[in-house]
Amino acid sequence: MVVQALKDQGVDTVFGYPGGAVLPIYDEIFQQNDIRHILVRHEQGAVHAAEGYARSTGKVGVALVTSGPGATNAVTGLTDALLDSIPIIVLSGQVPTFMIGSDAFQEADTVGITRPCTKHNWLAKDTATLSETIHQAFHVARSGRPGPVLVDIPKDVQFASATYTAPQATNTSNYQPQIRGDIEMINELVEALETAERPVFYTGGGVINSGPKASELLRELVEATGIPITSTLMGLGAYPASGKHWLGMLGMHGLYEANMAMHGCDLMINVGARFDDRITGLIDAFSPKSKKAHIDIDPSSINKVIKTDIPIVGDVASVLDDILKVWKARGRNLNRDGITKWQKQIDEWRKVDCLHFKQEGKVIKPQYALQRLEALTKDKDRYITTEVGQHQMWAAQFLGFEDPNRWMTSGGLGTMGYGFPASIGVQMAHPESLVINVAGEASWLMNMQEMGTAVQFRLPVKQFILNNERLGMVRQWQELLHGERYSHSWSEALPDFVKLAEAFGAKGIYCDNPDDLDDAILEMINHDGPVIFDCLVEKHENCFPMIPSGKPHNEMLLGEASTQGAIEAGGAVLV
Amino acid sequence: MAALKIKKGSTKHSAYNLRPNFSDVQETHTLAVVVDNEPGVLARVIGLFSGRGYNIESLTVAEIDHTGHQSRITVVTKGTPQVIEQIKTQLGRIVPVHQVNDLTVEGPSVERELGLFKVSGAGDKRVEALRLADIFRANVVDSTLESFVFEITGAPEKIDAFADLMRPLGLIEVARTGVAALSRGSA
Repeated sequence: MVVQALKDQGVDTVFGYPGGAVLPIYDEIFQQNDIRHILVRHEQGAVHAAEGYARSTGKVGVALVTSGPGATNAVTGLTDALLDSIPIIVLSGQVPTFMIGSDAFQEADTVGITRPCTKHNWLAKDTATLSETIHQAFHVARSGRPGPVLVDIPKDVQFASATYTAPQATNTSNYQPQIRGDIEMINELVEALETAERPVFYTGGGVINSGPKASELLRELVEATGIPITSTLMGLGAYPASGKHWLGMLGMHGLYEANMAMHGCDLMINVGARFDDRITGLIDAFSPKSKKAHIDIDPSSINKVIKTDIPIVGDVASVLDDILKVWKARGRNLNRDGITKWQKQIDEWRKVDCLHFKQEGKVIKPQYALQRLEALTKDKDRYITTEVGQHQMWAAQFLGFEDPNRWMTSGGLGTMGYGFPASIGVQMAHPESLVINVAGEASWLMNMQEMGTAVQFRLPVKQFILNNERLGMVRQWQELLHGERYSHSWSEALPDFVKLAEAFGAKGIYCDNPDDLDDAILEMINHDGPVIFDCLVEKHENCFPMIPSGKPHNEMLLGEASTQGAIEAGGAVLV
Repeated sequence: MAALKIKKGSTKHSAYNLRPNFSDVQETHTLAVVVDNEPGVLARVIGLFSGRGYNIESLTVAEIDHTGHQSRITVVTKGTPQVIEQIKTQLGRIVPVHQVNDLTVEGPSVERELGLFKVSGAGDKRVEALRLADIFRANVVDSTLESFVFEITGAPEKIDAFADLMRPLGLIEVARTGVAALSRGSA
């Protein structure tokens, strides 16, 4: 029944790990060929792989885990998916209904534990309603603001048989989020757009989640108006990095021109972003002179952090479509003189060249490694995942994304260990594509057991590890905030990554010389199989630009010289 | 770089100071939340309050429609206008929540609570307790030679006032239901 429900929902891949309480479902999986099951090495890996699959395809990712430890290991992945609004469904086994509450072997209150880290969850107590519950779970996961859901299925419910309910016959009327934006608000936004002197688009993951149509409409609107556009970490690729009006990423490690434009604008149009604290910096000084419009499908995002003048609740694609229609119908008016002047100002900011670095000597700068990776892979059918830390920020700064769904990174939760299993999920969905996980050595080690999965299923994922033998971002904060007392932020006893790769039956590449880098990267790309690329980089490189905690956008640090005493006590308590 | 100097317990450098100060005025609001009567729904609602640091001053919950499997949760909460708005939209996100009504802003409403008060005493105090109960239209639902149990219904303020009066007269135990509320009029 479970497998039939998954098939009817269009599922072709399940990431999972068997155990006592899910054996009946595994028995069904054994007896069919429509759904591929990918055996991970840890349940956290299964959930992140499902996330990677979901983000690169726009479909719902599926993970299957057993009761007790299987379910608790899934918690990090569920929380990650909740904060980044990724549609996934986790099916967990549970002890039989008559043993629930008896502290049975491998029993955990899975529904209780996962209640705050799912969009919704169910304990399926009755086989008769199980298929309907699974269909409802898919509906909830993918509609509105997407998110993770969990269905906990006791073993006796798995064994029993009942009549199957098809997806079409399932009642989903209870949960129907608003799609169309309020037309009065849309009119108000278009009016503001027509007169604004210094408008800016601030886009986020909502554009990606809304589907490819939303990105198309966004591009049309930006090209037609010439309004500069920046994006959060989550929204990269919605507007192409090669686009004329692209400012680059904004936020704590965003580009100078993007943050200055946010600070100086007179109209901010937030499309599917949520004013996260990595974006806003000091809230009291956030974009002080602007009128703010906010398009979001989740009403609770509006006015949560920043007061919004023009709130529009609805799906990004639908709202952008309406905005375009209204704007065209009213005669495509713009304050063209104002915008031209604004574009010139932005060009001045661009000249600061905030990502500038110097590659000199015999040590590879991490920025240089990513610059070369970009140069050698940008024309390929490429998907990028990352772990969390400095390498993640550098990847966002130095890699360019031309299309949505090509960039998978843990934004909201900041989960170290996300990227490797996510790359496995992406590669499963796109077997012919080049999938690269840009990693730091410390993050990568958190889920390195998935190397077994990659080798077993012949997934040619490329693990591009920027190895500085440090927890780079922690080290950077300790340098700036804690008097250079580097408490436990270096990695000793690191494995020999080349030998590690070989131990798993994969290929390992080591590179510590800038002159060899291109050849080594090409060797990685051209190898048909999983690769661990150990790129030894400068150990003390800091990630700039940086908005220190508790500072507004226009007080960015651009390099080492500007860091002295930059963060005050008030900022130091922030994370 | 200057060392961190934050006094213990000080909120001066707290991240919470960075909240936008839309308005600092604390308001009390009564919210009526209609939910599917399914296992765990109450945990979802109160988990939202505890998880996001909101206040619950009073909470009542009971099934209101047996065939439709619906329950009504009445929450009295306190916060700045922005927090109250957040609470309402966050409640609205919960999948089994059908409707969230803010009775405090959506026109006039009636609020009622039931309280049970056990008062023990003898002589004048016992007589005075009975007299006051009569004034408040409280019923005696249990009586011994040394004690009464009074039942009183009314707005929370009335019950507070009754409690204040009973305290010097030998109040030994109180049970209150929390607020149930409905909007006035036909709508």
